[in-house]
Amino acid sequence: MAFLLPSAVLVLMAGSALVPVAAARLGRSAAAWSAAGTLALPTLLLAPLAPAALAGEVAVHRISWLPDWGFDISFRLDGLGLLFAVLILGIGQLVILYAVYYMPPRDGLGRLLGTLMGFAGAMLGVVLSENLLLVVVFWEITSITSFLLIAYKHETIEARIAARMALAVTGGGGLALLAGVLLLGRMAGSFELSAVLAAGDAIRADPLYPVALVLVLLGAFTKSAQFPFHFWLPNAMAAPTPVSAYLHSATMVKAGVFLLLRLYPALSGTDLWFLLVSLTGAVTLAYGAYVALLKHDLKGLLAYSTVSHLGLITLLIGMESPLSTVAAVFHVINHATFKASLFMAAGIIDHECGTRDMRRINGMFRVMPRTAVLGIVAASAMAGVPLLNGFLSKEMFFAEAVEAGALGGYAYVLPVFATFAGILSVAYSIRFVHDVFFNGAPMDLPREPHEPPGWMRVPVGILAGLCLVVGLVPQLAVGAILWAASAAALGGPPPEYKLVIWHGFNLPLAMSIVAMAGGVAWYLFRRVLFELHDRHAPNLAGPAAFERVLNAAVAASRAVLGLFDPRSLRRYTLYLILAAGALGLAGFLGAGPATLAGGLPATPAEPAAHGALVALLFGTFGCALLHRQRLIAVAFASVVGLIVSLAFIRFSAPDLALTQLSVEVVTIVLLLLSLRYMPGEAPREAPRRRAGFDAAVAGATGLGVGALAYAMMTRPFETISWWFTANAVEGGGGTNVVNVILVDFRAFDTLGEVTVLAIAALGAHALLEGLRLAPHAPPAESEADRHPVMLAMLMRPLLPLALAFAFYILLRGHNLPGGGFVAGLITGVALILQYLAVGIETTSARLRIDHLRLFAAGLGLAIATGLASMPLGLPFLTSWHGYVPIPLVGKTHLASAMLFDIGVYLTVVATVLLILSEIGRLSTRERAAPPPRAARPDRAALEEARV
Amino acid sequence: MELVLATGIGGLVASGVWLLLRERAFSVVLGLAMLSYAANLFIFAGGRLSAEAPPLVLGEVAAGTMPADPLPQALVLTAIVISFGTTAFLVALALRAIGESGTDHVDGGREAER
Repeated sequence: MAFLLPSAVLVLMAGSALVPVAAARLGRSAAAWSAAGTLALPTLLLAPLAPAALAGEVAVHRISWLPDWGFDISFRLDGLGLLFAVLILGIGQLVILYAVYYMPPRDGLGRLLGTLMGFAGAMLGVVLSENLLLVVVFWEITSITSFLLIAYKHETIEARIAARMALAVTGGGGLALLAGVLLLGRMAGSFELSAVLAAGDAIRADPLYPVALVLVLLGAFTKSAQFPFHFWLPNAMAAPTPVSAYLHSATMVKAGVFLLLRLYPALSGTDLWFLLVSLTGAVTLAYGAYVALLKHDLKGLLAYSTVSHLGLITLLIGMESPLSTVAAVFHVINHATFKASLFMAAGIIDHECGTRDMRRINGMFRVMPRTAVLGIVAASAMAGVPLLNGFLSKEMFFAEAVEAGALGGYAYVLPVFATFAGILSVAYSIRFVHDVFFNGAPMDLPREPHEPPGWMRVPVGILAGLCLVVGLVPQLAVGAILWAASAAALGGPPPEYKLVIWHGFNLPLAMSIVAMAGGVAWYLFRRVLFELHDRHAPNLAGPAAFERVLNAAVAASRAVLGLFDPRSLRRYTLYLILAAGALGLAGFLGAGPATLAGGLPATPAEPAAHGALVALLFGTFGCALLHRQRLIAVAFASVVGLIVSLAFIRFSAPDLALTQLSVEVVTIVLLLLSLRYMPGEAPREAPRRRAGFDAAVAGATGLGVGALAYAMMTRPFETISWWFTANAVEGGGGTNVVNVILVDFRAFDTLGEVTVLAIAALGAHALLEGLRLAPHAPPAESEADRHPVMLAMLMRPLLPLALAFAFYILLRGHNLPGGGFVAGLITGVALILQYLAVGIETTSARLRIDHLRLFAAGLGLAIATGLASMPLGLPFLTSWHGYVPIPLVGKTHLASAMLFDIGVYLTVVATVLLILSEIGRLSTRERAAPPPRAARPDRAALEEARV
Repeated sequence: MELVLATGIGGLVASGVWLLLRERAFSVVLGLAMLSYAANLFIFAGGRLSAEAPPLVLGEVAAGTMPADPLPQALVLTAIVISFGTTAFLVALALRAIGESGTDHVDGGREAER
């Protein structure tokens, strides 16, 4: 049954892709229904596993992925996971219903609900993962989806700033968590939770335990908005209210405390844990509660109260007694119910009034009595009023505070602090109820408020009802799941506890009464507090500090970059060359003297070779010296290409010679075409002394590389090539070893290379598309004879001949010099010649080839050939060859690598055609040529004439 | 013969580096082309020059003749084609730069500041 676990997460992830499609195709309500269905499926999938989890059993399903690194896709379901899954899936449904009414009708809901599904999937992944690395992965996805949801209204700058801040804080925490998890995995010897939880003693004894603990806590505290990382949460209220209710009160912010509970058996039980967790929790509890009262924004109050309640849960976990952990789990449930309903109620009020300022929203009880009742119930639960769920967990907290305090030396500190926190939370709850629903009449609201549509109240009602039910019959409502979740968190059965409303008159009850009375008093003196706060409070603005740090970091990295970045290509190239030279010379350090020439006997050089060398140097130095005369430089460069082709022939490399020769033609055509849009002569370059320096660098580099080449060529070497030669016929079915290496032995490399080629061509296509350039005053006679008649006549017989020849070269490539690369280039050259002969429009009209599709066909064929072997259980790109009887032809030797080669061929053809036709097509949409410099009216002369 | 080829490679590298350090995109493209010739020849020479026959496994290859090393050839063959792709991309980039900033200076529109 455990195999259902991965699919539960997977369903939600798939839903996040499908819901936007449903929204776009079928409309708003389809989006809502499909989202609701998507959330219902995991519920159904998990339902059969629930009884076992409630009984305290752990279900694990493991899919091996990277076993050597200890990274498996493994999921588990226990009581704790089940509790959180119920929260995620249950509140999710209510949030969808609420969002349908909350979001404006013009919002199609696709983006919102799609992202929410992705979030729900990731959150479910966090709570159901067995592998800690998987937890981190899902954890990061929740950060990213939260970022997307906070920035939902991305037109407003506040939303963008808030989203970035939340991502920086929670994402940074995620990185710390990853580091912590890696350490934990090393200490426990496994990333599987079962192993980590069982290895608690080893982990606590490890010298790196403090480091791992701090890193994990950083992750948990940032996510759960603990002081001093709390500031992102109030800002996250820029998100639409359904998101606030779901992510930022009920689920995502609970991921931090979930992690603390999850790792409780492995990490807790040390002084450091107690100190860090309980202290952070206590500070957050008090600070959040204190600030909450001071907020005039409805959602701001709720956000800080969330911070405060998360602090309470953290404090309970940090207190380290089994019962306080039970209380923490219980409060997770209670807080999720009352806070989500409060956010929804606040959203209704915002929706109806057009503002969230509590100084203006007053007397809503008369306007929307039903919503008011629900809001009052939920707020009372938050304050800890008896008969509601918040009261029960607060009593447990007070009781634990008394217990823990009695153990330590300062018996009174913790109970007093707990009561003080209770006073504050009562005070802000009263403010929420009194300011919004009573307190006179509303003051100039942007809208006339009414009772909202009935369905919008339903989710609030359900949650408020749950507060009441849990408050009245706690054992019946949540007894089972609380027991199971606590057992899972503690790593054993929890101690005896009684979930009842009435414990008799005792100290906790007295503390509650004091908290109630004190809260009322605190609220009555609120105006004094507001004034004191406005006047004296230190500006503890987290967001501003965050922005300052961020800006300082940006400025600092700019400054550092400025030191090293001259913003000049010449300098970059110089650094690169000098660095390469330094690295190359470093190898000689410490080495003894060695002769330049090695032991190999020199091969004799015939006179022709010397002649070729002279031609080569003539070409390359001519090109270098006359580079400013661009046409001449291209002519010199073409000499070099020809000599290199000849060199390949001389040294027994016919494939290379063919390739070089055809590439040469294409490259020269390309350069010539581009020259039309550049001045024929480049301007003189700025300082003269630079030229001397550059020449020295160039000369030294040339000398060095030449010496290196000579040293290499004269030394004996070992090659692995004999293997390819020996196996070419047997294994690859071809006698041309170069081609067999390309399309068979190393076909994966070739696939990569043609992909690079396609990327380069597509990049060039993207750069040139729609570009309009002005030609540089072309000579008149070439304009008149754009398409010479002779060439056009010649091309008629030549084109089919050339294509047939290319086909022949392609087919024979496996056995004799040739192959896809050469054939592709020849085809490209032939078609380019056709373009030149009859013009680009005419050719394009006849030759209806979509180059982009040609790429798809070529790469697709190559990949398909590779994939074809996989259903047979053979690795990617395994080739096959053998004799096939073909009618009329007879038995023919065929190799599957031939198909691969055809894929290469098509890609090369597409590359050549796409690039050259794109540059050629520039001429069909030219701008007017700029008038020659001399003809341009001299502005100074004009000015003079006007005077 | 080794000395001849090494001199050729050295010459190509020298003029390639020189061109690479120029200020105009077109010169840089030419420089890269020279450098790729040099690099291709260098890798190719890794198989040494003593070969007497192309790397074909044919029955009629005379006994005693040594076929060339196929591996550097395979490496260089794709490198030649890819260097065409790079050249084309750079030319497109230069043209785009001319369209955007009106100059083919490698550092873009900062020409006016100089």
